[in-house]
Amino acid sequence: MSHIILAVVIGAAFGFVLDRVGATNPGYIISMLRLGNLHLMKTILLAIGVSSVIMFAGLLAGIIDPGHLDIKAAYLGVFLGGALLGVGFAAAGYCPGTGLAAAATGRKDALFFTAGGLLGAAAYMGHFAWVESTGTLESMAGGKTTLGKIAGTEYPALFEGMSGETIGIVMGLVFIAVAFALPARLRGEGKAERTVQAPSRTADVVKR
Amino acid sequence: MVLNWKTGGVLLGLVFLMAVVLVKPIGVSTQFVIFDGIVWDMVSPDVVVEAPEAKSGYASPNAYLNKSGGKYARNVANPLNYSFVFVLAMIAGAGLSAFLRGGVDRSERTMPAIWQANFGTSSWKRYLVAFAGGFIVLYGARLAGGCTSGHMMSGMMQTALSGYIFAAGAFAAGIPVAMYLYSKEA
Repeated sequence: MSHIILAVVIGAAFGFVLDRVGATNPGYIISMLRLGNLHLMKTILLAIGVSSVIMFAGLLAGIIDPGHLDIKAAYLGVFLGGALLGVGFAAAGYCPGTGLAAAATGRKDALFFTAGGLLGAAAYMGHFAWVESTGTLESMAGGKTTLGKIAGTEYPALFEGMSGETIGIVMGLVFIAVAFALPARLRGEGKAERTVQAPSRTADVVKR
Repeated sequence: MVLNWKTGGVLLGLVFLMAVVLVKPIGVSTQFVIFDGIVWDMVSPDVVVEAPEAKSGYASPNAYLNKSGGKYARNVANPLNYSFVFVLAMIAGAGLSAFLRGGVDRSERTMPAIWQANFGTSSWKRYLVAFAGGFIVLYGARLAGGCTSGHMMSGMMQTALSGYIFAAGAFAAGIPVAMYLYSKEA
């Protein structure tokens, strides 16, 4: 039962923050991917960096249970699936989490995204046995591999002799540094914010 | 309106951290499968059956629901589990946030401004691409075994090799497609 309460609290916080950082706005996602406005990119990199540094420091200090970590396996399908997701992500401006969250904020296109997503997931369910038979899902580089060895876990490490916690803190700091180093935009001119914040006047035509 | 990237990034990071400290890393896309499974099981009840010999206690004739000892089959049979409730709460949290900030601009509800700048005002065109995009995104996420939250954020946060591979694939495809499709800025 306590797990359900945690699911409600953490889930609600996640949805709330996703909306507040602008991730429920497909304009920000598309602008990030076309490198016109890197607001979300900087936000995401900083989030990964901050959570990583504190998490690995907490593991070192012994105040975070390493059993809570959950490393996913590496296999060819991770890259292929990532690329497929990237195509849809760019076209629609939504990913699974932000699509659902955006639908809740009243975006109608996000409802269509969600419906397509449910169908896509169902299609994969139907194709799974075939996909598995192609070998695309076979683990590579040890499978559930992390960069360094994380104490208290069984995950194989890419750099066996190195402390996974130290690498984690360093990588986290790198993410933070990149978040700060990235410019607001890499292409186009004018103010980055204009891209998605001010709906054009003609936008009113749309709702009819 | 939108939080600046420093405040937003720290808050988002703290949510991901809180999830690992208290329970487990955040992930979303699996729940599309669980939802499909729940609907499918309602239509044809033998999609998920109790199976004492399975590791999870449940089994399915569908290979995907049946994988890893019937882990997904069990969650389909018991929707009141952490991961599914988490996603429902995420939806509610986003809705609450939008409500408190006065909702999404009416002109934005059908399509973002950048879409309109490139493809005009036809709402059905936008809905069609959003639907197709959703299909590809979830098919890809299930093939990859996770999505932006599970692989990219939770994965790279934990220095998982799979997280970097996923991010490389997603941006290698996403950036050129976005640059090609959306040549005009809003």
